[in-house]
Amino acid sequence: MEIFDRLSGVAVPLPMINLDTDQVIPKQYLKSIERTGLGKGLFHDLRYDMEDGERPDFVLNREPYRKSKILITGENFGCGSSREHAPWALADFGIRCVVAPSFADIFFNNSMKNGVLLIVMPQEQVDILMADAENPDNCVMTVDLETQTITRADGSAMAFEIEPFRKARLLNGLDDIGLTLQKVHRIEAFEARQKADRPWLYA
Amino acid sequence: MERPRTLFDKIWDSHVVDEQDDGTTLLYIDRHLTHEVTSPMAFKGLASAGRKVRRPSTTLAVPDHNIPTQNRAAGIADPEAKLQLDTLVQNCKTNGIPLIELLDPRQGIVHVIGPEQGFTQPGITLVCGDSHTATHGAFGALAFGIGTSEVEHVFATQTLIQKRPKNMRVTIAGDLPVGVTAKDMILAIIGTMGTAGGTGHAIEYVGPALRALSMEGRMTVCNMTIEGGARAGLIAPDQTTFDYLEGRPMAPKGEMWPRALEYWRTLPSDADAAYDKEITLNGRDIPPQVTWGTSPQDVVPIDGRVPDPSTEPDSKRRQAIESALDYMDLKPNTPIDGIKIDRVFIGSCTNGRIEDLRAVAQIVKQKKVASHVDAMVVPGSGLVKQQAEQEGLDRIFTAAGFDWREPGCSMCIAMNDDKLQPGERCASTSNRNFAGRQGRGGRTHLVSPAMAAAAAVAGHLTDVRELAS
Repeated sequence: MEIFDRLSGVAVPLPMINLDTDQVIPKQYLKSIERTGLGKGLFHDLRYDMEDGERPDFVLNREPYRKSKILITGENFGCGSSREHAPWALADFGIRCVVAPSFADIFFNNSMKNGVLLIVMPQEQVDILMADAENPDNCVMTVDLETQTITRADGSAMAFEIEPFRKARLLNGLDDIGLTLQKVHRIEAFEARQKADRPWLYA
Repeated sequence: MERPRTLFDKIWDSHVVDEQDDGTTLLYIDRHLTHEVTSPMAFKGLASAGRKVRRPSTTLAVPDHNIPTQNRAAGIADPEAKLQLDTLVQNCKTNGIPLIELLDPRQGIVHVIGPEQGFTQPGITLVCGDSHTATHGAFGALAFGIGTSEVEHVFATQTLIQKRPKNMRVTIAGDLPVGVTAKDMILAIIGTMGTAGGTGHAIEYVGPALRALSMEGRMTVCNMTIEGGARAGLIAPDQTTFDYLEGRPMAPKGEMWPRALEYWRTLPSDADAAYDKEITLNGRDIPPQVTWGTSPQDVVPIDGRVPDPSTEPDSKRRQAIESALDYMDLKPNTPIDGIKIDRVFIGSCTNGRIEDLRAVAQIVKQKKVASHVDAMVVPGSGLVKQQAEQEGLDRIFTAAGFDWREPGCSMCIAMNDDKLQPGERCASTSNRNFAGRQGRGGRTHLVSPAMAAAAAVAGHLTDVRELAS
């Protein structure tokens, strides 16, 4: 997994609640057997008109947001489908960090597995960052995972919380499967126990 | 004395392989369903790391998301869909994973075939790279949707790294009135708790209205748990569950059956088990439900009206309502009963089972689909299709003017040719009314099969109870 330590760049505001993963990346991009090249489909229906032309009123089609690296958005971001294409599309576009008051559970896990940092902050703080992001002169911010801070354009910093284990995995780019396989003896012991207790699962 | 435990606690506790100090748990996964869309990158990841599938026999694969629902014998015309299907077949072959192929009579939607085959059982952990995996919780299993990285993790290790969710209980007291179904029940629950009301929780559904449901109805309820934000929804197993499972191809057999049964009877929550969050609805107060917006929480009774955003005090919520009404082309305060529709979709992992098709047939028998409406029935599996044809339901549908299709996800996700055209309005038995879900620019109203049938005949959204009487 790609390491996440420090990220500095343009933050894009999307002040909508309940943005579902169908909005993040629609179905036509699910026909691929690859996890690459999905950035062009990010927020497809919001970003392009029916003839696939850019919608000039959508924020990602305007400067400086075409090069966004951070997304500031509303509550329950990433609800709906389990498609991991959503964080793949965000990362491929260049967005490696999303800040919101809350996230949907499956999207949360999927993002963390792909080196996309999700930061949960209280609504009042998200509102402040949203206002920053909406002003092109203030929209550059820096996310530092080690110190757990977001530094705003005016130099002030906001702290955020993250579980230590998730933080360690992101900072070191650890491979979850590799970590788990170090515990293979425990998995084997579990299977031996379960086979004795519930043999019908092994029939 | 031991702490009283919920159904969820019992299943979780019995699957802990390892627990870290911070509560991060390595959870054992008993069963895994997989399909053509979310698995290819997982298989590729395994291969590139030189890893093997740990227990291939615990996985069952079936194509469902991206396949045509007609003219299958002619092969798949869409090259991308064909590549996904061929890749699934090859990956299953390479890794020794049991596969139900496209032309197999058992083929169908993962969440329909799992229970049908007896693959889904009480007390197990079951996952699938699909958010509607919650369906299987109807059997008293801990079942939840995962992403592709987690699919790969299950393949390689038969485990997942998880944080323990909290317990939530949803009680449906009383009985459902005539004409009101499991779909109306879950839509009403989501309307009450909100689309994020269950986030971070596993939901247990209890109460007499729940107990009275068939397994099909229970699956409909658990299926849409994810639309309320919870990954898993569970219903304690009982005689209805055991009767459904006994004799199914992959259910415990011979001397294993009574042993399994004995264990399954220990699973229901202890009397004094504690829940972190609770909501209660009375079945008697639930009329047929219809969604008006672009989130499953945007739900009103059929005798209700389109909401008026000007009465919404919260600005973010008000904007969301305005944007949904704009997308749905609806005016505030319009009566729901009477909204004209263009399409009807009967099917999906929510409502593509035999009981759902019977409910539709009962309404449309000796009637005609309104002349301006295009309506289709897509059975959830080949076995559902077979059963329906044995009962003559297909003839009722085609005589009424419905298309009768081959099984698959079809217009619930609209990856194949089954999709709404821009601006078309659909009464759908599926699970998501997100913008563009059934086709870009398409407008979805989620309803029960009986309500969808009534809408097909009337040509507009209408109260099935009036049509039936």
